[in-house]
Amino acid sequence: MNTDRQVIIIGSGPAGLTAALYAARANLTPLVIEGIEAGGQLMLTTMVENWPGYRDGIMGPDLMVELRAQAERFGAEIIQGDVDSVDLSKRPFTLSVGKTRYTAQTLIVATGASAKWLDLGVDKKLSGRGVSTCATCDGFFFKGRPVAVIGGGDTAMEEAIYLAKLATSVTVIHRRETLRASKVMQDKAMSMPNISFVWNTDVVDIKDVDKGEVTSLVLRNNQTGEQSELAVDGVFIGIGHVPNTRLFQGQLAMHDNGYLKTHDGSRTSVAGVFAAGDVQDHIYRQAVTAAGSGCMAAIDAERFLAEHESDASSTAVSEARA
Amino acid sequence: MASENVKTFTDADFGDSVKNGVVLVDFWAEWCAPCRRLEPTVNQLAADYNGRLTVAKVNIDENPMTPSKFMVRGIPTLLLFKNGDLKETVVGLSSKDDLSKIIDKHL
Repeated sequence: MNTDRQVIIIGSGPAGLTAALYAARANLTPLVIEGIEAGGQLMLTTMVENWPGYRDGIMGPDLMVELRAQAERFGAEIIQGDVDSVDLSKRPFTLSVGKTRYTAQTLIVATGASAKWLDLGVDKKLSGRGVSTCATCDGFFFKGRPVAVIGGGDTAMEEAIYLAKLATSVTVIHRRETLRASKVMQDKAMSMPNISFVWNTDVVDIKDVDKGEVTSLVLRNNQTGEQSELAVDGVFIGIGHVPNTRLFQGQLAMHDNGYLKTHDGSRTSVAGVFAAGDVQDHIYRQAVTAAGSGCMAAIDAERFLAEHESDASSTAVSEARA
Repeated sequence: MASENVKTFTDADFGDSVKNGVVLVDFWAEWCAPCRRLEPTVNQLAADYNGRLTVAKVNIDENPMTPSKFMVRGIPTLLLFKNGDLKETVVGLSSKDDLSKIIDKHL
């Protein structure tokens, strides 16, 4: 495989694959390095009802299969693997994936965001032992058992609604008094008889690490300070996401919350590096906005390459001489 | 996608199957999207370690006893056994390199 590329795209969610689709149609034969969480967050969802053009909705994983095939149809090359390091100090940019090195004239960063954990320490220790960030993956194990969902946004509501069909009871624990979730999701959750809500409450501990399984949650009302314990067999965390930007620390400008800064479309602080999707969007965070920004990044990269055609070919000539 | 190097274990044969040597078991289900993502990595490990490591899959829908016995409460989960003893538990997705490092410790 050719490791010297006009365009390399890191990430394979709606942003990365839409960028790949547009770059492929511009004859740039983009390489997509899909990452461990290939397909992105939609791979963990069920029915997507707000992707335009599907009046009855489409399953998240099915949508990603279609997007991928569409990008490949026009010549995008998609490889497994996770990028270990990047050097953006000069063009062409260098990327390492395991033992393989790639160079790219332009880079599109579409690494997305991953589920946020609680920061209690214990939640990671009990991961796969009753603590989960993916109801559709792990809900199965809690058939006929009581569970809790932490959070008040769309992710948390989707998890609660999904789990309500399996678990005996779903307790939603939210640190505020009102939900941040969209009205449709709120109404759906509120209408399910076995979903209940605990407001103004933080989770301060998850038991029982010694037993290696979840037995209960220690809760604290953040208005009264009162502590209580809730017996559950599983707890699903839906408190938001963190951008996957660690790879670019010190190389690309970021907001305080770690999201990449972009300007004039999809441009990052380094010329020739573009960003698309959730990695640079902490406001909208929708599949369709991610796809839209992926398209922008591909067009920006294409124009950048056209403008820099002369220096790219001069690099090739000097390398050929050397 | 089946791979010739990857075996299929069931509740009935699980105990005997992990008794000898180093065995990596992948707990999965049809409906689990992350499991599908992990599958090619597991298949590659099976090919890379062919002869030194037994790699097997357990479908948790068809075999509920084994995941329950080993307190598997989320998938994908990989368990690594050496001569019948559980040595490592890896929950969720990992890269092939990271998994190789974990396997190498027990070979």
